[in-house]
Amino acid sequence: MFASLFHRIYRPALRLAAVGGALLLQGCRLALFDPKGDIGNQERHLILLSTGLMLLVVIPVIALTLYFFWRYRATNTEATYAPEWSHSTAIEVVVWTIPCVIVAVLAVLIWRSTHALDPYKALASERPPLKVEVVALNWKWLFIYPDYGVATVNELVVPARTPIEFHLTADSLMNSFFIPRLGSQVYAMAGMETRLHLIADEVGTYAGRSSAYSGAGFSGMRFDTIAVSDADFADWIKRTRTSSPALTADGYHALTAPSEHEPARKFGNVETGLFEHVVDQFMPKAAGGEICGPSGTVARIPSALAPQRADTLPLTSPAKD
Amino acid sequence: MFGKLDLSAIPFHEPIIMGTLVIVMLGGAALIAAITYYRKWTYLWREWLTSVDHKRIGVMYIILALVMLLRGFADALMMRAQQAIAANGSTGYLPPHHYDQIFTAHGVIMIFFVATPLILGLMNVVVPLQIGARDVAFPFVNSLSFWLSAVGAVLVMMSMFVGDFAATGWVAYPPLSELGYSPTVGVDYYIWSLQVSGLGTLLTGINLVVTILRMRAPGMTLMRMPVFTWTALITNILIIGVFPVLTATLALLSADRYLDMHFFTNELGGNAMMYINLIWVWGHPEVYILILPCFGAFSEIISTFSGKPLFGYKSMVYATSSIGVLSFFVWLHHFFTMGSGANVNAFFGIMTSIISIPTGVKLFNWLFTMFRGRIRYHSSVWWTIGFMVTFAIGGMTGVLLAVPGADFVLHNSLFLVAHFHNVIIGGVLFGCLAAIGFWFPKVFGFTLNEFWGKVSFWCWLVGFYLAFMPLYVLGLDGMTRRMNHYDDPAWQPWLVVALIGALVIACGIAALGIQLVVSIRNRNANLDMTGDPWDGRSLEWSTASPAPFYNFAHVPVITSLEPHWDAKKAGTAYVEPAAYEDIHMPRNTGAGFIIAAISLALCFALVWHIWPLAIVSLLGMIIAFIVRTYDRDVDYYVPAAEVAAIERARYARLPKTHPTAATRYDEAA
Repeated sequence: MFASLFHRIYRPALRLAAVGGALLLQGCRLALFDPKGDIGNQERHLILLSTGLMLLVVIPVIALTLYFFWRYRATNTEATYAPEWSHSTAIEVVVWTIPCVIVAVLAVLIWRSTHALDPYKALASERPPLKVEVVALNWKWLFIYPDYGVATVNELVVPARTPIEFHLTADSLMNSFFIPRLGSQVYAMAGMETRLHLIADEVGTYAGRSSAYSGAGFSGMRFDTIAVSDADFADWIKRTRTSSPALTADGYHALTAPSEHEPARKFGNVETGLFEHVVDQFMPKAAGGEICGPSGTVARIPSALAPQRADTLPLTSPAKD
Repeated sequence: MFGKLDLSAIPFHEPIIMGTLVIVMLGGAALIAAITYYRKWTYLWREWLTSVDHKRIGVMYIILALVMLLRGFADALMMRAQQAIAANGSTGYLPPHHYDQIFTAHGVIMIFFVATPLILGLMNVVVPLQIGARDVAFPFVNSLSFWLSAVGAVLVMMSMFVGDFAATGWVAYPPLSELGYSPTVGVDYYIWSLQVSGLGTLLTGINLVVTILRMRAPGMTLMRMPVFTWTALITNILIIGVFPVLTATLALLSADRYLDMHFFTNELGGNAMMYINLIWVWGHPEVYILILPCFGAFSEIISTFSGKPLFGYKSMVYATSSIGVLSFFVWLHHFFTMGSGANVNAFFGIMTSIISIPTGVKLFNWLFTMFRGRIRYHSSVWWTIGFMVTFAIGGMTGVLLAVPGADFVLHNSLFLVAHFHNVIIGGVLFGCLAAIGFWFPKVFGFTLNEFWGKVSFWCWLVGFYLAFMPLYVLGLDGMTRRMNHYDDPAWQPWLVVALIGALVIACGIAALGIQLVVSIRNRNANLDMTGDPWDGRSLEWSTASPAPFYNFAHVPVITSLEPHWDAKKAGTAYVEPAAYEDIHMPRNTGAGFIIAAISLALCFALVWHIWPLAIVSLLGMIIAFIVRTYDRDVDYYVPAAEVAAIERARYARLPKTHPTAATRYDEAA
C-alpha cells in the first residue's frame, strides 16, 4: 500500500520538482545542483524530490495565509464574520491527515534513501574500488593510497569512474571531509575510523574542504580533488612513486605540527600501516602480547594485525577499539 | 593570589575591543551618574533589584535580552562584514583568533542571553496573570533565577575585556574545547557563564511548572488554560528535563579541563562523541523551549485580533504536548555525518519529520482562526503573518535537513545556518516582538507606537530575507559555515547581499528603539484605561493596565476557556465588587541579588583559578542562602482599605464605553 501510494505521489512530485528545479537552476551551476558523481546526483534528486513533496503543503499554506489575512481584514465588511466559530471536526481531520500523509511518504523516502546513500555502503561497480586513507591534520589533509604506497597533502588525485573507498580519521581535532560536487561528507575523528564511498563520473577538478570547524586554520583546509583518466592516474602514481620523497614516521610527525594554507605535496614511499597507527595512537600500548592490537611505532606493525577489510567490518558504527 | 590573572589578560593591542571597552565604560559611567543625579538608587534597589514581583522580574529579563541583542547583533554585523570582504586572497579585517570568538559569542549570546531571557521574561509576565495568580510559586527563587541569568551575561561581556571568550563554536565540541587545544580561559568563561545562567533557567522551570500546576484560579481546569500558558507549561517541563543534562555535560567538560580527567579527550579512553550526543540531548529540546511559548503568543494574538476564539484549541494542546515529547527523540539529526548506520540515521530522520505534523497542524489552526474573522492589522498581527510565511519556509528546509541523504551534503553548510536563523528569527524573535507589543500595555499601562512598530517589522522582514536567502544559495553551492575567508569569488556577491540584509535588520532594531522612546514620550496619549486595549479574551485583560502589583483584587472563579470574553458578553466584566479583602503577598528581598552577585565572584575566580576567592565566595553564597532560609519575614498582607483605594481609582478611570463582546457579537448577527 505504501509502495503504490509512494509511486502515485512520487511521480507528479518528481515532475513538479524537476520543472521547478529546472526553472530555478537555469544558468545556475550551484555545486549541489551540478554534481559530478553518482552519489551527488542521487542527493540532488533527493533534495529536489523532498522539497517538491513539502511544497505541496507549504505553498497552499503560505497562499492561504496571505489570502485569509487579506480577505478577513477588519475593514472588509463583505466577508462573513463568525465570532463564535472555533471548531470543525471535518477540518481537524483534514489538517491532521494532510501532514500525516506527506510525512508518511517522506518516511518511506527517508528510509529508502538513507539505506541507499549510506556512506559505508560500497558502490556497485565492475571496477574494484580505489582505497584512500584520509587523515585530517591541523590544518591540512593527508591522503594515503595504501595499495600504491604513495601519499599526498591537500591534493586528492583519483581515477574518474572508479569507486573510491575512503577510510577517514583525524590526528587530533575533528573535521568533516567534504567534496560538494561528489556528494556526502563524513566526520574524521581522532582515534576512530569512519568510511565514505564516492565516485567521480567525469574528469575534472572539484573543490574539497573541511566542513566542521576545527580551530584557527580551519578556513584554509581546502584541497583540490583531481579526477583523471585511468591512464593518467597510472602515470601519476608512477611519477609520484619515483620522484617524491618518502613519508616516514618522523615525516608524519613533522606534518602533524599545526600549519595553515599548506601547499599540495606528494610522497613516494609511505610507511605501511601509517593510517592504522594514526587511528590506534590513543590506545594503550600492548602489554607485550599481540592481542591488544598494534603497539607504538609505525614500523613494527605486522600486516596480520592491520584492520579487517571493509566487507567484513560491521558497517553501522565508526570502527574503533 | 590572582591565579592565572594578570595585566596581559586585558587585550590592550586590540583596537576594536579597546574602543568597545571605552564606550561601555563611558556608557556605564553616564548611567551611574544619571542614577545618582536623579537620586534613583533607593528606588532602583527597593523597586527593581530586590523585587519579587513576577512582572518586574519579567521586564528585567526582557531588558537584559534587548541589551544583549545589541551585543549579539554587533557580532553578527562584524561577521557579515568580514565574509563580505574576505575573498580573492583577502583575509578580511578580523584574524581567526578574533573572528572565531565572535561567531562563538554570537551563538551563545543569541541563544542563552537573548532568546532564553526573552522567553523567560514573557512567561514570567504573562503566566500568573493568565491563570489568576498573584505571583509565582517561589517569588524569591524567581528573583534569584533572574540574577543568576544576569551574572551569566555579565561573565560573557567581561570575557571580551578580561581574557578572551571560547573560539570553539557555540556548542564547544571537544576535543577542540579541551585544555590541549583551547588553553586560554575562553572555554572556562563559556562553561561558567552557561552553568550559572543554566541554574537560573532550571530554577525558573521548576518555579513555573509548580505555579501553573498549583496556583490556577479556582475552576481553571487544565483544559481551560489559555494556550500561552499551555505552551509555557510544556516549555518548563522541557527545561526541567534537559537543563540538568546541560549542567552535567558542562560539568564533565570542566572535569576534563580542571581535574585532568578524560571524559571527552582523545587520550586515555575519552570520547568526544559522548559530548556531542549529550549536548544535543539538551540542545534540540532547547529550540522547542524557545519556540513553543512563541507559538502560544501567536495563538493568543491571532485569536484576539481576529475577534474569534482560537480554532482547534484541543488540537493545539495536543500538538504542543506531542512536540514536547517528540523533541527528546531527534537529537541525532545534528550529526548524521558522524558515521552511524543507516537504520539509526533513518530512525532519527523520520522522528524529526514527524515533528512537522503537529507543527503543520498549528499553522492550519492559525489559518482557520483567521477564517471568517475580523482581523485588525495591529503590528503584532503583522509579526504573526510574517512568522507564518517565514516559518513555513524554515520548517520546510528543516525537514529537508532531517532527510539524512540530503543532510550529508547540507550539513555544516550555510544552508544550515540559513535554516536555523529562518526559524529562530522568523519564529522566536518575531514571536517575542509580537508578544512584547501585545502585552506591553498590561505591564506599563500604555500601548506602543504603531507606526514605528510596523517600520521595525518591515525592516526585520525584508532584512531577514536579504540576509538569509543568499545563505541558502551559498549552502547549495557547498559553502561551509564559520569560514574566516574563502577562495571562491562567486560567493562574494551573495555575501555582500547578506551584509546589506544585516544592515536592514539594523534599521529594524533602531526602529524598535525609536518605537520605545516615542511611545514613552507620548504615553499620556496612549494610556490604556480599560485594561483591555485589544478587546482581549483571557484573564489578564480583566485586570487594570498596568496590572496592580497584586494582579487581581479578587481571585476570579473560572467557568470557561475565555473568561474575560464571556464576562464582557454577559456584561459582568466591569462591575465593581462590593467589598475587598486583605491580600497576602511576598515581601521583596535582596537575597537573590546578593547571592547572584557573590556567584559572579565565584565564577570569575573559577575562570581564573583564583582559589582563595573561589572558596570564600562559595562559602559566602551558602551562608547567604542559609541566612535567607532563616528569614521568617517573607510575606505581608495588603490591607483591604489599600486594595479598595487602588481599585476604586481604577473604576473611576474606566471609560464609560469600552469594548464589549456583546456589541461586537450583535453587530455580526
